Amino acid sequence: MRHLMSPLDFTVEELDKLFNLANDIETNPKKYAHSCDGKKLATCFYEPSTRTRLSFEAAMINLGGHVIGFSDASCSSASKGESVSDTIRMISCYADICAMRHPKEGAPMVAASKSRIPVVNAGDGGHQHPTQTLTDLLTIRSLKGRLNNFTIGLCGDLKFGRTVHSLIHALERYDNISFVFISPEELKIPDYIIEMLKEKNIPYKEVIRLEEVMPELDILYMTRVQRERFFNEEDYVRLKDFYILNKEKMALGKEDMLVLHPLPRVNEISVEVDDDPRAAYFRQVQYGVYARMALILTLLEIDIDSL
Amino acid sequence: MLNIGQIEEGFVLDHIKAGKSLSIYHHLQLDKKDCTVAIIKNAKSDKMGKKDILKVECDIEEMDMDVLAVIDHNITVNVIKGGEIVAKQELTLPKEVKNIFRCKNPRCITSIEQELPHIFILGDEAKGNYRCKYCEEKCTDVIGDNFLFR
Repeated sequence: MRHLMSPLDFTVEELDKLFNLANDIETNPKKYAHSCDGKKLATCFYEPSTRTRLSFEAAMINLGGHVIGFSDASCSSASKGESVSDTIRMISCYADICAMRHPKEGAPMVAASKSRIPVVNAGDGGHQHPTQTLTDLLTIRSLKGRLNNFTIGLCGDLKFGRTVHSLIHALERYDNISFVFISPEELKIPDYIIEMLKEKNIPYKEVIRLEEVMPELDILYMTRVQRERFFNEEDYVRLKDFYILNKEKMALGKEDMLVLHPLPRVNEISVEVDDDPRAAYFRQVQYGVYARMALILTLLEIDIDSL
Repeated sequence: MLNIGQIEEGFVLDHIKAGKSLSIYHHLQLDKKDCTVAIIKNAKSDKMGKKDILKVECDIEEMDMDVLAVIDHNITVNVIKGGEIVAKQELTLPKEVKNIFRCKNPRCITSIEQELPHIFILGDEAKGNYRCKYCEEKCTDVIGDNFLFR
């Protein structure tokens, strides 16, 4: 039995297989509509996350399965002081697979160690969010046709953004990827990631202004720059416009560039960009459902051709 | 020069960084043992200039050498039997340590889950870096705040 705790739990070959399955689901959704008949997904969300939870639930329902669970710790026995280990032992009796989000880092790993069913980490504090990374990789692979030979710009909060860190770790396993880090000084990418890139001779550069590098990017991954991350209001006001993507900045980009964003978007991508064919962030949400469908089938070891 | 007699049965920890012997004394929980212990501070050393030495008259098997290794794996361990050195024990960094450090990350599951062991995994062997198995937070101060027995 396998669990998914980190995006690196799967080898590049295993990811390829999973993405091929996701693309087949995209092309032939009817073929998979009953592949999880009689199966139950438990969504154990100890903190609210509408987007990820609904994506998991939609994925299971699309496969013909059912969903049980809770969407807030106050609705679960955690509010009575039940441990994660005890909760998962109970959930193991009710469901066939569990997606767990928890504010404490490592909670899904503790659950996996006591579980009789596969556990998927649906986000643990600021630590990992592997299904977002699977979504990002599937989107790039599906829309670009490859996961190698490109320059990716990561823009915004690169210091605290777990999706950015996970994506870098996942992409450094592919050939000929260059990274461009676009952020204010206060939100620069952590040193340990720079050290890792240096050790592996992976090209990267760090810049402050998005305009400077727009023409060289094949993919632009936007994240939110939050006001509360700045030491003072003055710096925030001075810098925030550098990280807002609008039509003018898009005009500097390549014709086949892709713009991704883990969402929710606040104001860092102007609404005027939404109609640009290069804006892929809503298609990315759809790929999130396909990625989770493929993941559920993989972890439940359901082979559609043998059904 | 101060002379300390030989021990008959036990072990000698040599090449301890000067000033660290008392901390090792506590981390090995020698304060809870009934055996004879000599703590020698600031002894002259050709290799180190100054060093500390601990002479302990008890069976080395009773000691948790993993604790010693994570504190300083450059310490020399001489096993003494019948007043003679019979073996030199190498200290190697254990790949995984259980309940030696505690994770200081307030967002880590170890901060709330009942009776969950604090497990750290060795990352970079050269630097001796340990990270929490659950949240991957680095153990920053192996003989300071991270230490579980403090």
